[in-house]
Parts: sequence; C-alpha cells; structure tokens
Amino acid sequence: MSRFRKTVLAVAVLLASVPALAQSVKKTGLGRVALPEEIAAWDIDVRPDGAGLPAGMGSVKQGEEIYLERCASCHGEFGEGAGRYPVLVGGQGTLNKENPDKTIGSFWPYTSTVFDYVRRTMPFGNAQSLTADETYALTAFLLNMNDIVKDDFELSKDNFAKVKLPNVANFYPDDREKTEKAFWRKTPCMTNCKPEAPKILGRARALDVTPDDKTGPRVE
Amino acid sequence: MSETSSGRKLDRRGFLKSAALAGAGASLSSAAAVGQTAPDPLITEVQDWTRYLGDGVQARPYGQPSQFEKHVVRRDVEWLTVSRESSVNFTPIHEIDGIITPSGLAFERHHGGIAEIDPAKHRVMINGLVNKPLVFTMDDIKRMPGRVNRAYFLECAANSGMEWRGAQLNGCQFTHGMIHNVWYTGIPLKTLLDEAGVKTNGKWVMPEGADASAMTRSIPIEKAMKDCLVAFGMNGEALRPEQGYPVRLVVPGWEGNMWVKWLRRLEVGDEPWHAREETSKYTDLLADGRSRRFTWIMDAKSIVTNPSPQAPLKHKGPNVLTGIAWSGRGTITRVDVSVDGGRNWKTARLDGPAMPLSMARFYFDFDWDGRELMIQSRAMDDTGYVQPTKQELRAVRGLNSIYHNNGIQTWLVRGDGEVENVEIS
Repeated sequence: MSRFRKTVLAVAVLLASVPALAQSVKKTGLGRVALPEEIAAWDIDVRPDGAGLPAGMGSVKQGEEIYLERCASCHGEFGEGAGRYPVLVGGQGTLNKENPDKTIGSFWPYTSTVFDYVRRTMPFGNAQSLTADETYALTAFLLNMNDIVKDDFELSKDNFAKVKLPNVANFYPDDREKTEKAFWRKTPCMTNCKPEAPKILGRARALDVTPDDKTGPRVE
Repeated sequence: MSETSSGRKLDRRGFLKSAALAGAGASLSSAAAVGQTAPDPLITEVQDWTRYLGDGVQARPYGQPSQFEKHVVRRDVEWLTVSRESSVNFTPIHEIDGIITPSGLAFERHHGGIAEIDPAKHRVMINGLVNKPLVFTMDDIKRMPGRVNRAYFLECAANSGMEWRGAQLNGCQFTHGMIHNVWYTGIPLKTLLDEAGVKTNGKWVMPEGADASAMTRSIPIEKAMKDCLVAFGMNGEALRPEQGYPVRLVVPGWEGNMWVKWLRRLEVGDEPWHAREETSKYTDLLADGRSRRFTWIMDAKSIVTNPSPQAPLKHKGPNVLTGIAWSGRGTITRVDVSVDGGRNWKTARLDGPAMPLSMARFYFDFDWDGRELMIQSRAMDDTGYVQPTKQELRAVRGLNSIYHNNGIQTWLVRGDGEVENVEIS
C-alpha cells in the first residue's frame, strides 16, 4: 500500500507541476494589441519624477491670463475659492490647527499631481481641453501664487522634477497596525465598563444641519 | 408609468393612513395585547384591492417598489458639496434589511457626474509595464473565462467624516449611509493582467475612469492580483449607470474611491502615481500636521440602523433593534450592543451569511419600557479588531482626519420614542 501511495503521490506531483507551468503562459487570445496612437491618447498621467510629462512649457505670466479666463470663476481671482469651490492658495502653518487649509502650497506633496489633475479634469465641465503649454503655464501660476516659484518662472518638462512642494516630507505610509494596535483587543469589556452613567456632551440637533424632506426626491 | 386605477381609488385611504402615522410619535401605544373595542373596518369591510382587479402582467415591465415605499430613497446633504456633479448621496440604511443593498438605493459618489456610456463604444486598455498592451471590448470581457460572483461592501472613506468633531447629522442615512453591499459579477482583474503579461518590475496598477473626472488611483500589484474584480454586473443585472456601467473595478475591503467606475484603462507601473485622490484627498491628516497616506483598508465598523433618528420607536414592549457591520480586514465575527451608553454590553445575533469583506446583519430583540436609552453597537472581526469608541479614535488621530471614522455611534432614545444623534462621555 505504501508503495502504491508513493507512486500516486509522485504522479500527482508531476501532474500538478505540469499544468502550473503551462498556466503561467496560457492566454485566452481575447483583446487586441493597443496601438501606439491609442496609448498616447489615453496615457496622460504624470508621476512625481516627471514620467509621463508631455513636451512643452509655460510661464507664470501666461498662466495668470489662462487662470483668470478659465479658472477664477470657481477658484477665485486669488485662488481663494469662490463659494465653496476648492481653495488653491495659502494655508501654510494651518495643518496642525483647527480647520486646516489643505491647499497646493500647504498640503499637496507633489507638483505632478497639480499638472496631472488639471490636465485630466479641468476646467470643471470641459475636461481635457487645455493644451500641454497651457497646463504648464497654469501649474507655474499656481506654484507662484503659493510662493514656491518667482514671478518670472517658466515651467517645462526639463525643470519640472526640480520643483519641490513644502509639505512633501510630511506624508508617511499607513501605520494603523502599529499605532492603533490597541484596537486589536480580542476580549472587550462587557459589564461595568464605565464608572458612572455617561453624560451627553453634544447633540446633532443643536447644529440643525440635517436635511429635511425638501432635500432629494419629494416624499408624497 | 401610468397611475393605476386602483392607485387612484386608494388616495383617500392613503391619506388617512399617513395622518394616523403622523400622530404615532405623540402617543406611544403601550404593551402588547391591547383590547380592540370596535371591529376594524379594514377587516369587516371589503377593500378595493379585494373587490377589483389589479394591474395585469406587463403593466410594469421593469418592476418598481410599492407606491407606499416612495420615501425609501437616496438622499443628499446639500451643504456638503458645491456642485451636484461632484457630490454624494446616501443609502437609506434604516429602511432596508438583510445584507444586500438594492441597486437603486446604493449611494452615489461622482466626481464629474454620471457618464452615460454605450457599451458598444466602451474600450478597456491595459498598458504600461506589460508584455503586450491590449484593448478589450465589453464583448471580450464577457467572453473571458473564470467569471465569478461575489458580495462585497463598498464604503466611502469619508463615511461618518462629518462626525469627527461631534454629532452633526440626525440620521444614520447621513452619518453612515456612504456604504452599500451588492453582488458583483465579473472576472478577476488578474485575468486581464495575465492576458497582457505584467513585467517583473510592474509593482503598481493604476485604474482610470472614462468619466469627466478621469479618476485614477494607485493599487499595489499584490492586491490587484489577489482579489480585485473587473465587474459588469451587480445584483444579477448590469451595473447601474451611477455605479459605473458598463464596467467598474471592485477592490474588496478597501476604500470606495479606489473602485474606479466606468473603468477604461489599467496602467502597470513600478511606482505609485500620487494622483490627486491619494494625496490632496483620501490621506489622513493627524493632529501633529503630518498625514498618513495609502490608508486603503476600511476598519471594522457597525451602526444600529433601527432605532435611529429617522426610525424612532413607536411602541413600548417588544421591539427589534437591528443594524449592519462590516470589516475590510476580514469577516465580522461578533457584534455587541449596549443600551446604556457603553457601560454594559450584550452580544447581538448575527443572521444571514457571514462572508469576508461583506456586510453582516445583526439583531437584538428587546422590550422597551419607555426609559431613555443610549444605544451603541461594537463590531469585531476575525483578526481580533474591535471597533473603537470615538474618543479612542480622536486620541490617536485628532480631529482633522476627515476619512476612516469608524468610531462607535450613540443614539439617544428619548421617553417619547424619538431618537437623536448624541456624543456622550
């Protein structure tokens, strides 16, 4: 029996290993090869190291003109945000305070994120309508408004990776499993977990910001 | 859809019914077995729906909920966002039961409105660090071998984000409604990536949407190969347009923003891209002014959906307390409930399938004597994680985090049965 078992095992191992090798190269043959023109049309993302940047350049001055014409109606003439549209400028020194202002200058870690986001989504409602030069110019202007580059600065593919944003060092990877280790407590308290009856510290109704039935579809 | 004849005849009775409901909060019925003094006309008189024929088949080719369920809808909070196209609404979790969210009630979060895409005009591209960049049609994707069906919860990382500084919104729909749990039909993302052949230095995958926000996120290749899906179905039918029709990414257990809708491209790279939604947004600003990034996993969390501010107690005596729990780290193993603000806890009954990275349903049947209650729930998962209190979370993270608020919620049930969102000591 044991010899038989060994043989069966050996065959099983052999059988298991062959398909595994074959599997790693097995293709369905579905889909077709993407053409270089197609990849170029969609692959517009830009990384912090500048990978993905298009050829081009734009100055702070050019950016200001484009900004006033195409961006200021939402983001405000000085990047202060019209209504509740995002604020783009200021906020330095507020990140550890109440109501921090998380702007490009105060919070964003990478210039490439500005370029990439503007290029793919802006202006809101007319996405991907800006040229590469216009996107360089707008990025330069936003850097200038945040006191990161001088008034006569011109941004291009060549000097892009050299522009550093001030908050870049203040991001670190998820560390919850270490810093919040106490939450893995396995046997939580079941009885007499608080010395006295809890007191009410705050009520949502004091703020009165909950939408009523006028919001959303009407209730009949 | 035309108003049915029986529907019109019901108008008067419908009015009477809602008038009776409106008075319910003011005078609570006491314990069960109340004596009936006069015969109930709903029983003694033949009702319209009993006497007359109803609609025939095909009067409602795509079925809708009853006309008496019109209040069960997604709702939004107008002051939260500046535009409707980049906004969010909330699942009415206090109006649904079980673990599957009906497709029409699954909350929406768009950054550039709903893309309306003809599936015949949709393409999915894979490029970057692959042996062979490929383009797939929807037909190609639906011909892929290895199709799977899975139930997963999707929670927006900003769910409960308005509550970091204290109780803000009176309703679990608004405090916890950026979640849904549906059945997905699709193929493993690995199948598509293998077809293109990921190069050995391919460490990250970037999904991109076809909508006006062209959403992008960076996903580590291990996660992409492990359990991500390219899904074209939800709850047995095609994805709804607002959920990414014709195809979306499913990233089980991880924050909803990564589940790119209207998926049109997958790029493989050797480094993360640091897109706007993983730098400016969806990073967790802590008290010292520094920020955590790549906080993808949604920690264990639970919420009592009934009673809650939108679902007050109407009766003394027997009542059903229920709610939902979920964990992005595994399977929900236990939910405890407290009615005295966390001093004492009892373990609730979990009902229905307990699946990893899917919602769980809990029940706690209780008798209410009209006393004030402070109701809480506390979820646990199979990694041993226990849902923390809001105080414990704030002690570690401060008040500026916005995202990943999974702290224990307190509902105050007053003597008249009305329920409020409160913060307690």
